[in-house]
Amino acid sequence: MSVYAIRTDHLTRTFNHLQAVDDLNLEVPAGVVFGFLGPNGAGKTTTLRLLLGLLQPTAGTAIVLGHDVRTRADAIRARCGALLEHTGLYERLSAEDNLDLFGRINRLPAGERRARIRQLLTDLELWERRREPVATWSRGMKQKLAIARALLHRPALLLVDEPTAGLDALSAAALRGDLARLAHQEGITIFLTTHNLSEAEKLCQQVAVIRAGRLLAVGSPQELRRRRGGQVHLVVHGLTPGVLDGLRTTFGHEAVQSGPEDGHILLHLAPPSPQSVTSVVTYLVHQGVAVEEVYHEQVSLEEVFLSLVQENEHDADA
Amino acid sequence: MLMRDIQTILWKEWKEMFAWRAAGRGTLLSTLVILLLLGAFLPLQSGEAWFTQPLTLACWAWVPVFLTLGIVTDSFAGERERHTLETLLATRLPDTAILLGKILASVLYGWGVAVLGLCLSALTLNIWLKGGPYFYAPAFFAAALGLSLLATALFASLGVLASLRAATARQAFQRLSIIMLVFYFLPFSVQFLPAHLRLRITEVLAGLDLAGLMAFVTVILLIGDVVAIYLCFRRFQRAHLLTD
Repeated sequence: MSVYAIRTDHLTRTFNHLQAVDDLNLEVPAGVVFGFLGPNGAGKTTTLRLLLGLLQPTAGTAIVLGHDVRTRADAIRARCGALLEHTGLYERLSAEDNLDLFGRINRLPAGERRARIRQLLTDLELWERRREPVATWSRGMKQKLAIARALLHRPALLLVDEPTAGLDALSAAALRGDLARLAHQEGITIFLTTHNLSEAEKLCQQVAVIRAGRLLAVGSPQELRRRRGGQVHLVVHGLTPGVLDGLRTTFGHEAVQSGPEDGHILLHLAPPSPQSVTSVVTYLVHQGVAVEEVYHEQVSLEEVFLSLVQENEHDADA
Repeated sequence: MLMRDIQTILWKEWKEMFAWRAAGRGTLLSTLVILLLLGAFLPLQSGEAWFTQPLTLACWAWVPVFLTLGIVTDSFAGERERHTLETLLATRLPDTAILLGKILASVLYGWGVAVLGLCLSALTLNIWLKGGPYFYAPAFFAAALGLSLLATALFASLGVLASLRAATARQAFQRLSIIMLVFYFLPFSVQFLPAHLRLRITEVLAGLDLAGLMAFVTVILLIGDVVAIYLCFRRFQRAHLLTD
């Protein structure tokens, strides 16, 4: 089996004059939780539909679990679980009947179907209410049930569209926990679209940022944060204007963001590798400056995301 | 395998139709009213002639059609309205199974009621009338079963066709009603034909006996069924069902 659960090559989808997905090149390794981040209307749902073979690409290709979306969409759908924009639950039916239906659709034998339904509903603490019509449930419970439905046939890949959208903080945290636990338990690849960055940071080993259908960045949340650089704060004593000039000459005028103010220097190093920080500290010590404290201020994924989107906006305007 | 997938869709459709308390009560009530009317009231009015008169055929050919209208227009448009269509399309079910499952769910329900009604009306008359047993002549019974099946299949397919791209079940129902109106007013359009054509049609129809007329209607319905089901398959495209 391929090491990639998903590979797209110049994947493009146009609706009339709108480029919903624009030349998307993506590689999602098997076995990871992959976050697909983007603002509303970025093309996340369209990408999901393309990966499931529910829409045909205008150009480019996508290979999902080794199958081409253009020619083997049926094989892809058979091995994928999906939780799309809406829960897609039959609200007139009970939770048990909903899962039974999808078990039948996925051709699980009756005995296995019953055991699996019991296992998932028990795991998600829904077993006691299995006979109630889904229409009477809260949104959080419905979302949990939809996850159970998507995992019912033990898919190799789970495609999830904004799983916590519309949930309160408590339900969202519980759902995230359930999703992470079940994904680990089942050992599957999860492709998750979201505009909730803390969610992506907590759940995903890898993320991609998309805006207006175009891929802006891809990597682990840590990598993206590192790539955007970070600020290093130094608390020093005995810094003279001459040493500061020397620092700026050696490490670049842009690297030294501010200072010295009360013996505090703010450095911006991109990427702020341990070596570059060490060089600055060594330089200062050689110049007779006492370095009292060095700390690295982390850039959050949200800041990375916002700067990527803003940069892209500026580029588009230009 | 395809049969198993069709069965799954049938199971789902009927479960939704009868399991939900409010909807289930409505469906059961309308079924009961039809059965009482055509399984007891009308046969008692007609007496022994019920087993031979063309009215019986007409009743049982059209009744299942009315029963299926509400169900069939809900098939795709209702799922779209309730946001379940995309999830259903994202499963491994083949197009044929989804489409035929939806058509068959309505046809079997409507036709099932028709068969039940035919038998119930025979039972009613056998209890009411003396000197039995009475039953339909085999050809008459076969014609009633065949015509009701073909008519139900035709309108179920047309209903699915109207439902495939409609935004709501209500819109699908309106579209199907327009199609139904065309069928009702078709006979009246004969008066706009040239006089010699009208004469010719009258002569041909007058020359037909009941068996001939039934054969003629059967062929027309059969052609209609094939065309309607073909159009459903042509129109059923997963991508368009989501984006239209």
